[in-house]
Amino acid sequence: MSERILSVEDLHVWFDLPRGGVLHAVQGVSLSVGRGERFGLVGESGCGKSTTILAVMGLLPPNATVSGRVLLEGEDVLAEGEHSARPHRWVDISMVFQGAMNALNPVQTIGAQIVEPMELHGYATGVGARERAGTLLELVGIGRDRLDRFPHEFSGGMRQRAAIAMALACEPKVLLADEPTTALDVMVQAQILGLLERLSKELGLTVILVTHDLPLVAQVCHRAAVMYGGILAETGPMDALYHDPRHPYTRMLFSAVPDPTGESDVVSIPGAPPRLDRPIPGCPFEPRCDRAFEPCASLRPNPISLMDGHEASCHLNDPALTEGS
Amino acid sequence: MSTDSDALVLEVHDLVVRYPIPRGLTGTLARRPRQQVHAVEGVSFTLRRGEILALVGESGCGKTTTAQAVLRLVDADAGSISLQGQDISRTPRGRLRGVRRRVQIIYQDPYESLDPRFTVRRAVEEPMKIHKIGGDEPERRERVAAALARVGLEPPDLFLDRYPHELSGGQRQRVAVAASLVLEPELLVADEPVSMLDVSVRAGVLELFDALRRSGLAILMITHDLSTAAHYANRIAVMYLGRIVEEGPAKEVVNDPQHPYTKALMSVIPDADPRKHRTAQILTGETPNPVSVPPGCRFHPRCPVVASGHARATGIEERCRGEDLGLTERLPGHSAACHLAAGT
Amino acid sequence: MNNADMETKLPVAEAKPARRATIWSVLRERPSAIVGLAVIAFFLLVAVLGPALSPYGVHERAGEPFSPPSLSHPLGLDDAGIDMVTLLMQGARVSLVVGFAASLIAILIGTLVGVTAGYFGGKSDVVLMRVTDYFLVVPDLVLMIVIAAVWGQKLIIIILVIGLLLWTGTARVIRAQTKSIRERVYVRRSLALGGSTRHTIVQHVLPQVSPLIVANGVLLIAVAIFDETALAFLGLGDPTAISWGLVIKHAYDAAAVSAGAWWAIIPPGVCVAAVVLACTLIGQALEDALNPRLKASYLAARGFRIRRLRAEEP
Repeated sequence: MSERILSVEDLHVWFDLPRGGVLHAVQGVSLSVGRGERFGLVGESGCGKSTTILAVMGLLPPNATVSGRVLLEGEDVLAEGEHSARPHRWVDISMVFQGAMNALNPVQTIGAQIVEPMELHGYATGVGARERAGTLLELVGIGRDRLDRFPHEFSGGMRQRAAIAMALACEPKVLLADEPTTALDVMVQAQILGLLERLSKELGLTVILVTHDLPLVAQVCHRAAVMYGGILAETGPMDALYHDPRHPYTRMLFSAVPDPTGESDVVSIPGAPPRLDRPIPGCPFEPRCDRAFEPCASLRPNPISLMDGHEASCHLNDPALTEGS
Repeated sequence: MSTDSDALVLEVHDLVVRYPIPRGLTGTLARRPRQQVHAVEGVSFTLRRGEILALVGESGCGKTTTAQAVLRLVDADAGSISLQGQDISRTPRGRLRGVRRRVQIIYQDPYESLDPRFTVRRAVEEPMKIHKIGGDEPERRERVAAALARVGLEPPDLFLDRYPHELSGGQRQRVAVAASLVLEPELLVADEPVSMLDVSVRAGVLELFDALRRSGLAILMITHDLSTAAHYANRIAVMYLGRIVEEGPAKEVVNDPQHPYTKALMSVIPDADPRKHRTAQILTGETPNPVSVPPGCRFHPRCPVVASGHARATGIEERCRGEDLGLTERLPGHSAACHLAAGT
Repeated sequence: MNNADMETKLPVAEAKPARRATIWSVLRERPSAIVGLAVIAFFLLVAVLGPALSPYGVHERAGEPFSPPSLSHPLGLDDAGIDMVTLLMQGARVSLVVGFAASLIAILIGTLVGVTAGYFGGKSDVVLMRVTDYFLVVPDLVLMIVIAAVWGQKLIIIILVIGLLLWTGTARVIRAQTKSIRERVYVRRSLALGGSTRHTIVQHVLPQVSPLIVANGVLLIAVAIFDETALAFLGLGDPTAISWGLVIKHAYDAAAVSAGAWWAIIPPGVCVAAVVLACTLIGQALEDALNPRLKASYLAARGFRIRRLRAEEP
């Protein structure tokens, strides 16, 4: 891996629930992403992937408690909470949200919304900012002449492009994309993914793609982490995850995805994800796992390093535990 | 599958649905011409017992409107919709009760389609009460339990008194299916039935549809996902701008697409294997506006065959730009609406 | 099918998650609502049992006019020498009857109008909401005075007048909520199943708006009692129905203030204030919890907490 730009160390996030109790949404996530890398964070609903990147952005609600470190070029952006996170937000690290329509203000022109973060962070003002906004629009494939249009005059794909332009306003080093194509058609999805890939190559931008859609990540990202029940089940190069999965969840998730030719068997995973509002003593995947054995229910697996940055949190990779069985 | 006419459950012929666009006050005052959305423009297909037909296409292609017309939730402007030989497209709204029982819909969002205050038992019982079938209380209970068992919610006792918020997405979708099955419908319309579900449980729900199909139900599945259609449908109909542009056996359509639009769609589906890189044929722009449908082949402004000059080279460009066309059979049971496909 | 079976092998979480908020559970969690409930319960009890327990009649002269509070008359006597406590208990009856009955009328009209407008939309929505707007802009009390003066001063008419003028707010809230429920998939599904409009409204729409109806109804009780008091004080109430407003009016007319007989005028005022406040507390607690429009959302996230795990470790 090239030089590290972002690393997350032992991140935990708890939410106080309105009716009492605590939801342990993220239970010790550690990962690092290199400069210019396209990294995927994959998982199903409720696995904690969105919470993880909201924590990285420092955008958690008041009922959240966080521990761990988020290092952006070596500096802990979470150390002082909102106070230390804000100067980096949008300047060093920015985000594209799932529904572009919700991220855009319907009564402001696209141009004004791209300019806003630049002026907020003193990045550029006035004519300079507007000039840059036009350049950004062109960069994402929209004509400069559309600066004074309103979001409702844009199609879904163009809105998502505009949202990306907004995210790039202050030349961030890291772009977090949370399900950026979920509401879009396949053709538009391909366009947006192509755009993200191009931006990452042309600008040396680090892109973290958060999605439930494995094939998307497989095609776009170099490396990925598969998240389940608040922990990273497996992290590694995309190729290794597909061809040599070392966590049963990764393997089973891949086989639950239908391939476009309709040839291979599609198998769903039995059971449902664990509830995170009560302690899980062992591996969170144990109740659904087809290869669970004796220690899985009681012993929490730690990430075991395999090779080439390939890691899996599964006791099957621990020779000391598997020998007996 | 026998081809006798009893097996024919649904026959849609030349269906047309148009929505008027509200002009607003200024528009009316300025006497601006009334515009229409040409949501469905001459769609024909058939569906037999024990068959799943997938209507595939991007948003705005008319697949959902077609389904709503079959359900008589919107009115057809022209064409016919025959349910077991009986044209239901003109049945007055007041007399649709019988039709409503025979055609059931499964909605996309299982989190929204069940009343949060209804227990599973009540949700599954409700359709029977509406249609005053299912006999007395104990008999209805039995039917509810049987329907739950049939959709894989076993043992039923465990689920009867649950509320929707206590169930997972897949389980809720199964409850919705059970509530449809108690009416013993002939046709099930499934509108993106798994797109809101987690990847890991989708296959289970889709296999339920497959099992229902094998037991003789006809299923019209609306989806944007060609991979899902390829796995679980018998036939696929690809829609573009209110028309079916290609129709045929599911595996054949995805592995040997005849229409350039289907080819392009296939090329942009990402593969889970990072080593399999298709050269994505990304069509420029988005689906054009169904208010002003282009003349000629409605796909020609985005068609790679036209754009690459291949159409000109084969001498069909003229026709692509000027001549509208319907489906022609290319391979047995597999047809496409393309001048290139038709010409060779 | 084995897949399908397997998915359901681990069917539902063992412990039942928290049930959805019910009216009772909402009230239980809010101290202000408990206080309100206690106050209302107290006055209801007094209204039902009071006159039967009281040793004096409401027209019985029990002593000298404006006798100050004493052991046998804890709140003294009024200008006609009638026991104040007895009067207040009778007043609770009349005021609460007016409050509940007028609120019920307003709620019925408001729900009917709101659900009709919200569910059917289109022209019926436009017409009904326009009518609602007209009622909304008319100053209530002025119109009540006019109608009460024209129709006569019977208790039943006072109730009708108040009820007929108070439904507008409810109609608007119910309409908005109905409109949003109407778009839920399960409502569309009920229609697609072949359910009639009536079935759909009764089974799926009304139960969802009912908490709002209750919240509005409680708030309206307060308004109705207040309005009745005002009408009675202005001499437009039913002169034979002894309400708190009438008691205040009599005391005022008999110059209780200049006579220094505070006990004849302050206690009925306190009663009105207490009931109005109690209803408002309950109603507002319900509305806070149940009206989706009032729910604060915290998308603009600020101020999460940091916990230092390392420091805690030994």
